[in-house]
Amino acid sequence: MLNYLWLAMVVGAVLLAGWTGRLESVTSHALEMARVAVLEVALPLVGLMALWLGMMRLAERAGLMRALASALRPVLRRLFPDVPADHPAMGAMVLNLAANMLGLGNAATPLGLRAMRELDRLNPFPGTATNAMCTFLALNTGSVQLVPVTAMAVLAAQQAREPTAIVGTALLATLCSAVTAVTSAKLLERLRWFRLPAVAPAAPGAEAGPQTAAPEVDPAEPAVPPAGPTDLVGTQSGVGVAAVFSGALGNPRLEWRR
Amino acid sequence: MLLFFLVLWGIRVWSGGDETGMGTSGAAGWGVRALQGLSQLAVPFLLAWFPLYAALRRVRVYEEFVTGAREGFEVGVRIIPYLVAMLVAIGMFRAAGGIEWLSRGLGPLLSLVGFPVELLPLALVRPLSGSGALGVLTELVRTHGPDSLWARMGATMYGSTETTFYVLAVYFGAVGVHRVRHAVWAGLITDVVAMLVSVWLCRWVFG
Repeated sequence: MLNYLWLAMVVGAVLLAGWTGRLESVTSHALEMARVAVLEVALPLVGLMALWLGMMRLAERAGLMRALASALRPVLRRLFPDVPADHPAMGAMVLNLAANMLGLGNAATPLGLRAMRELDRLNPFPGTATNAMCTFLALNTGSVQLVPVTAMAVLAAQQAREPTAIVGTALLATLCSAVTAVTSAKLLERLRWFRLPAVAPAAPGAEAGPQTAAPEVDPAEPAVPPAGPTDLVGTQSGVGVAAVFSGALGNPRLEWRR
Repeated sequence: MLLFFLVLWGIRVWSGGDETGMGTSGAAGWGVRALQGLSQLAVPFLLAWFPLYAALRRVRVYEEFVTGAREGFEVGVRIIPYLVAMLVAIGMFRAAGGIEWLSRGLGPLLSLVGFPVELLPLALVRPLSGSGALGVLTELVRTHGPDSLWARMGATMYGSTETTFYVLAVYFGAVGVHRVRHAVWAGLITDVVAMLVSVWLCRWVFG
């Protein structure tokens, strides 16, 4: 996916520039940007990242993550009704979200993977995502980060007068996105397309206290009331979506493995 | 400590003191003032609070800070190839007039939801690659100036979204889940909402 996007930008730029006669400008920009990437972006970023990573290390060492985790636990218990409160999966999820909130990316990923492995133990259909997994991942992609460290560092590296100006807006935006994540995951899991096969021990209609998700943001689809219990079409289309998706996933996965 | 900063924040919101001159006049509503105050105070608060909290927990503050900071260099070096790839591509694209071309094609559609075309490359790259998006954001900030509205919108957007596809790939890959059901859609809806909210919020606060 990223491959095509990148290719389209580079080739499209050259073609478009040839058409409009701006080839020299494209060449000089390409060379200029390669220099800028290292000298004006990466190097200033090193200092700023060092400052924040140092601070984060202190937070981690002081057990701030655990303190935050204990505050998050009651919320998560309501969001994940299918996960027993004392299951190790709950502990890992709580810690992962706490790490994400503090911006401890390096700590968050291993914890998230552990949470996924524990959630998979509760999975009656190995190879198929459970509702809890989907909600957990939606929450992860709508990450609530208390301080947008990297974005601020970029502004600061370019000598912004006020690099911290975005803290408030980013916090509010990220809260909205977390609410959306939970709402959309909870609504989508009831669609007949995405429902688990009928043998699933947890009936989709019975779980998920809807009062936990704020009704503020409404995703495109209206909530479809649960239809009949047997749903062959649903499982098939689920496979189709997954097949398309795993194709789209191939690239980033390979790229990110160092 | 917490109280000290809460009081400071309260004073800012109450008096509407805007001594840094962020462009908004004294007529700004209390909501805007609260957000601006939060932005100005959050970082100094954390810079003071993390070490203090750690020291109270008997952490050797200086040594641990240095240990953590050492990673900063590795992070900086690790993202260089991604930055070069993305900055060169987006720089070429802009120099060729690609952004104007995009805005002529998609402008009317995007303006329906109030989304600026300037931010479209960032929105497209963000769910796919974190370092790539960092490159696109940097280019945006460089082109328009670090205190411009576009730069702040972009930074807010970057700070409030995640690399959706990367997260899904890694997490589901780790447990061998192939049928991901609604996780992709939930993630993408979340991204779209976060981006729109970022744009609207920034218009409201900085516009």
